[in-house]
Amino acid sequence: MSASPIDRVAKATPPKLARKIRGLSDRTIAWIFVAPSIFLLLAVNIFPLIWTINLSFTNFKANRPGREIKYIGLRNYERILGDSDIWLTMQATAHFLFWTIALQVLIGFTLAWLINRKFKGNDLWTTIIVLPMMLSPAVVGNFWTFLYQPQIGLFNYVVSFFSGVDPSSFSMLGEVSLAPWAIVIVDTWMWTPFVMLICLAGLRSIPDYIYEAAAIDRASKWRQFWTITLPMVLPFLMLAVLFRGIENFKMFDLVVQLTGGGPGSTTELTSINLKREAFEKWRTGYASAYAIILFVTVFGLASIYVKALNKVKER
Amino acid sequence: MSRFFNGILRLRRGPWEMTATVLIGLGVFMLMQPFVLWAYTYSFVITLVGTVMFIIVSHFPE
Repeated sequence: MSASPIDRVAKATPPKLARKIRGLSDRTIAWIFVAPSIFLLLAVNIFPLIWTINLSFTNFKANRPGREIKYIGLRNYERILGDSDIWLTMQATAHFLFWTIALQVLIGFTLAWLINRKFKGNDLWTTIIVLPMMLSPAVVGNFWTFLYQPQIGLFNYVVSFFSGVDPSSFSMLGEVSLAPWAIVIVDTWMWTPFVMLICLAGLRSIPDYIYEAAAIDRASKWRQFWTITLPMVLPFLMLAVLFRGIENFKMFDLVVQLTGGGPGSTTELTSINLKREAFEKWRTGYASAYAIILFVTVFGLASIYVKALNKVKER
Repeated sequence: MSRFFNGILRLRRGPWEMTATVLIGLGVFMLMQPFVLWAYTYSFVITLVGTVMFIIVSHFPE
């Protein structure tokens, strides 16, 4: 009978090393295995976080490494939280967050509800709808820039076809009133499938017998929707909202590709503004305080998300 | 309502977590609202208090 792999490894281990390992407790061996991960976590996540908190209380500028670093207390936080330009950036982010989430939930749930009905080509439609989500944000940003072109863009052509407005009379990415909606449309196009998939999972988890019982009780389709479908999908919907909320709060790539924060600073979301403060103006201490404010906000939202997730698990 | 206040007094997780959640929500709303600058100024403190409270009270008994 051939030796087992464990026996073969034991035989191949040099006697000196084998003696050393034999002397170690299970707990020590476990720590040896876990230590590299803990070290990486500390080096890549925890240390930069602590260092950023430290920098947020200083006037440090990364492009002037020789300059004396002064501790200025909470002054960076005071300046950020009293700056009306950053407040406007927060409002731009709020506009983006509110409308993308509202549209994605509405369209995503409707699509999921339609896809959940059995019809021919159901799987094919699901695949087609899910496609935008699988594209890179850089690619999506690039081709929507072409679609939004006033002269040759398909989007302007379609709008002009239905409304009769001259396609070259408006520029989705160049006008202050339209640019915030342009980024909302693209994000909705890209991420509605994600919400749809989550809603679809919720709809498919509802057992048929509940609808059969409701039908026996002569409940109308409308009543079934409000008393069965919506309450049972609600936790899934809530999860989708929180997922998208946290993701869109950090939105950077798509918007940079589309508008670069312009025109002016109309579409300058917090993440773009933060990048400008940190790597264009090189106000590292100030940008660190800004990052900590955003971190606490996202962390707070993530805490609620974890709570919601636990509630869903309990169901 | 009295159940909520009882839970608060007896340091129960549910109502305290609810309070922390409301604080975080209020802080995020204050951060992004377009109405008054002072609400934006104090938003971070409220979110921070809510978040720290959430971390602490999540260790309270059910």
